[in-house]
This record gives sequence, structure tokens and C-alpha cells, in this order.
Amino acid sequence: MSTTVATASRPTVATRPPSALRIGLSRGLLELKMFFRERDAVVFMFALPPTLLALLGTIFTESFQGTGVSASQVFAASMIAGGIASTTFVNLGIWIAAERDDGTLRRLRSVPMPPSAYLIGKIVLVVVTSVAEVAVLLAVGVGFFDLQLPATAQRWFTFGWVFVLATISCSLLGIAVSNLARSARSAPAVVNLPFLVLEFISGVFIIPITVLPNLLLSVGALFPLKWAAQGFRSAFLPDSMTVHEAAGAWEHGRIALILGAWCLGGLLLCLKTFRWRGRRDR
Amino acid sequence: MTAIEVHNLHKTYGAHPAVNDLSVTIEDGEVFALLGPNGAGKTTTVEILTGHRRRDSGRVEVLGQDPQKADLGWRIQIGVVLQEVRDAGQLTVAEVVRHYARYYPSPYQPDDVIARVGLSDSAGVRLLALSGGQRRRLDVALGIVGRPRLLFLDEPTTGFDPEARRQFWEIIRTLRGDTTILLTTHYLDEAEALADRVGVISAGRLVATGAPAELGGRADAPAEVRWLDGTIPRTVTTADPAGAIAELSRRYGGTVPGLVVARPSLEDTYLDLIGDVPS
Repeated sequence: MSTTVATASRPTVATRPPSALRIGLSRGLLELKMFFRERDAVVFMFALPPTLLALLGTIFTESFQGTGVSASQVFAASMIAGGIASTTFVNLGIWIAAERDDGTLRRLRSVPMPPSAYLIGKIVLVVVTSVAEVAVLLAVGVGFFDLQLPATAQRWFTFGWVFVLATISCSLLGIAVSNLARSARSAPAVVNLPFLVLEFISGVFIIPITVLPNLLLSVGALFPLKWAAQGFRSAFLPDSMTVHEAAGAWEHGRIALILGAWCLGGLLLCLKTFRWRGRRDR
Repeated sequence: MTAIEVHNLHKTYGAHPAVNDLSVTIEDGEVFALLGPNGAGKTTTVEILTGHRRRDSGRVEVLGQDPQKADLGWRIQIGVVLQEVRDAGQLTVAEVVRHYARYYPSPYQPDDVIARVGLSDSAGVRLLALSGGQRRRLDVALGIVGRPRLLFLDEPTTGFDPEARRQFWEIIRTLRGDTTILLTTHYLDEAEALADRVGVISAGRLVATGAPAELGGRADAPAEVRWLDGTIPRTVTTADPAGAIAELSRRYGGTVPGLVVARPSLEDTYLDLIGDVPS
């Protein structure tokens, strides 16, 4: 073995460590590889929101009077928010709980990885999977449920910022919720309860949102999913549909404000609560 | 130069003291084994030295820095092989080693490291499909790929069969000289085979330190000289066995019947040391 060679080649000058961005992008590629190699998980995760959309869109076929908009169009627009919540909140929540359980995070703590590189890797994962999920939902919505793609640049702009803010805020909440799971095994149960409840009270499964009792409406309005779904409806549906919103308006200012606040609050929550160790490590 | 300096280290979990007033100094280039039974505080000590756990009190310096406050520049110089990591099952050996090489400014060639731990034939195998021993070798590959000055190995061969352990020891021996190594083990023969010095830890206390041959004053412990006086077995315990034999030799006029000289074995010494501590 080349013991002497190795000794001779030990660098005597300190070399600059690789940047957080470089390590982060490398982590992002690795995360994507790991993610897409879990073939069954990938297929089912991507298929869940479009399947729900197909079911709801087939079962509820009536139109909203005086608007010409069908229930399935409303589901198709709202389900985009549900799809993003699934690739961000659900997927990250379960994924990171598993990383805490299987020792990934302990290993990462043992190597010179800037914490920001970990976050960059997760951003790459979440952006790629969320874009793919939204593309699938748009294809199903447009192909089967008469969803109209935004007709104006302004509506595309709305779609864009709602997508960005929804992805960030729901990702951060996913990272935070991963702390609640004690093990990889319990993570799906822990993450799915709040996810499903929010889908019901945020105007994703139940439309129009105004049929919800006031209490549930108010609880749903505390979380980002309700505002993301409303934002997507505003990008895809005619303005005549505002009568079926809780406030009778699209409320773009409020959507931006609340999603933005969750981005900030979610970041603080993550910084405050993120644990590199599992509970079983004491 | 000193690689690790620990003074009066304490760590308690609830009411249970895991590390109790532990002090030790490890020099650059040394291979040091922390030897002790399960639950003696080995892993806790390693976790504190690698910055994974906070200590209650005491002074700790690893490569000149306090691990609790150390930066990435410090971590670049340290390799850690932890227990029970089952990550990245869907990635191949080569993908993982190449990836972790990217965290360091001047890593070894990933393919060389894979060869060094004897995994060249499994470079394209996904981690899920590796055996326990192969998985442990991969852990070592990831611990050394960054060209560490100091390597921590936490119970590297627990659960191995004897042949796998011997192969693993050969890998560790190739690291000697390049790298200061602190390994923990509850196998006596492992400490004896690999370490320049052994520290025996029991119930959180370091009860003895020394070269394996000298541990616990073993080199100058009194020896037993046994022989047969006719048919009667006789024994004297003496600090000067050579003198005793010369005396017997004169008495019997040459060969002493049934002569045996015994020193305490490392195992005797070890069991003596860990038995000494009230639990």
C-alpha cells in the first residue's frame, strides 16, 4: 500500500474549501438520484394528486350558475396547490424524518458541509419534483377537465408568484414537521394527518370553499394551503368566480402577505427546531 | 504535537454518569484504542470529541480546537466512522464516495479509496445490497476520503466474523503513520492488534492507559513460578522470576521438574481493571 506516497502528497498549504453552493448543487443531484430511484414511491407520490383530481372531477360535474365554470375546473385549479403541498410538505416531512432515522443527518454532521448546502440540495429536489407534479396536474386538468391555461401574461405572473411562495412556505413547514416524527416508520402517519385535514378545510377537496362552516374556514385560513389554492384559482378561473370565494374577491394582496409571512415564519421555525439527531440517539 | 487533549471530561444523562472525570492525551500519529465493555462511555466520548455532543464540564481540545465551537476548517481535517448508519441505499458505492469527496479541498482519489478498502469489485453496487462488512468498509472509505489528519472509528468491527475482522484490521494498518486514529472497541484482541496505546474505560472512567504489553503494570507485575517438588506442585509469586529459577536450578542441580513461569495475560489484566470499578 502506498503509505509513503500518501504522506508525501499531504498538502502543506491550506486549500480553500468548496463553496456551499457547489456542495449544495452536488447534493441536489444526489437527492434527485435517490428520489427517482425509489421507483414505486415516485410513481405513487406523483399519481396521488392527479388521481384525486380525476375522482373529484368525475364525481362532481355540475357548473357554477352564471359563470360557465364547471366543478372539475375548480378542482383542477385548486389541486395544483394540493400537488405542491404533496411534493413539498409531505415529501420533505417524510424524507427528512427518514434521514434523521437512518443516520444520513449524523453522517452529514460529520463532514464539512455548510448547513446552507443541505438546504440548497433540498431546494433542488423540491423545485424539480414540484414543477414535474404541476406539469402532470396541468396536463390532466387541460386534457380531461376543460382547465384553461392562463390567457394573459398577468395571470401567468400570478401563477408564477403563487407557485414560488407556495413551494417555499410548504417546504419549510415540511422541514419543520419532520421533527415531530420519532422514526421513519411513523413519519407518514404524522405528516398525513395535518396534510389531509388541510386539504379538506382549504378549498382543495371541498368546493366552493364557502360551503365550509366558519370555524373550519378560519382555521384553514391560518395556513398557506388555503391561500395557495385561492391564488391558483385566480390564475385559472374567470373573475366571475370570485363570488364563490370566502371574501368575494381574489385577495391577491392578502395571499402574497400570508404566504410571504409563512415563508419567513417557516424559516424561523426551521432554524429554531431543526434537529440533526434522531430522538432515539437521545 | 498533540492531536487530542482531554482534561476532566464529564457527561451525565439524567442521573447516569456516562463519562466521569476522563483525562487523556493522544499524540499526533498515534493509534489509540479506547477499550471497554458495552455502556462504558466509549461512544459518548467519541461523540463529544467529534463535536456531535456537548459535554457537561471539562476541557477538550482536538487538533487545537474545542469541538463544540469548531468550524468547517476543523472538520475538514477530521474523519468520523460512526455506528449504525444505513443511509443512501439507492446509491452505488462509487457514487457515494465520489460525492463525499466533493466536500473536501484536497481529497484522495475516490477510486483509490474504494480500492484501499477492498470494494473495487462492488463499486457499482447499490448500498442496499452490501453485506454488513462491506457497508462498514464503505463507512471507512467515507471517513478517510477527505484525507483526514485524525480519524475516529467507533466500534468498527462489532458483529464481524473473525475473518472479516482480520481483513478489516489490514485496512486500518495501511492508514498508520498518515493518520492519527482513535478507535473504540470492546474486543481485547482488536486493541492489541491495532493500537500503540490502549486506554481502558469502565463505567465512564479511564482506569488505565499504556501500551498493550504494559497495560495495568502487566510488564512488571509479579510472575508465578510453578514446579514439581517430587509429586507435590509448588508455587512462588515473585517480582524476580529469573532469580527464583536460578535458585531452584541450583537446588535441583540443573533442570527444574515441571517448571512454568506465568505472567498475567492481557485478558486477566483487563478483567481485573474493569472489575475494579464499582458500578
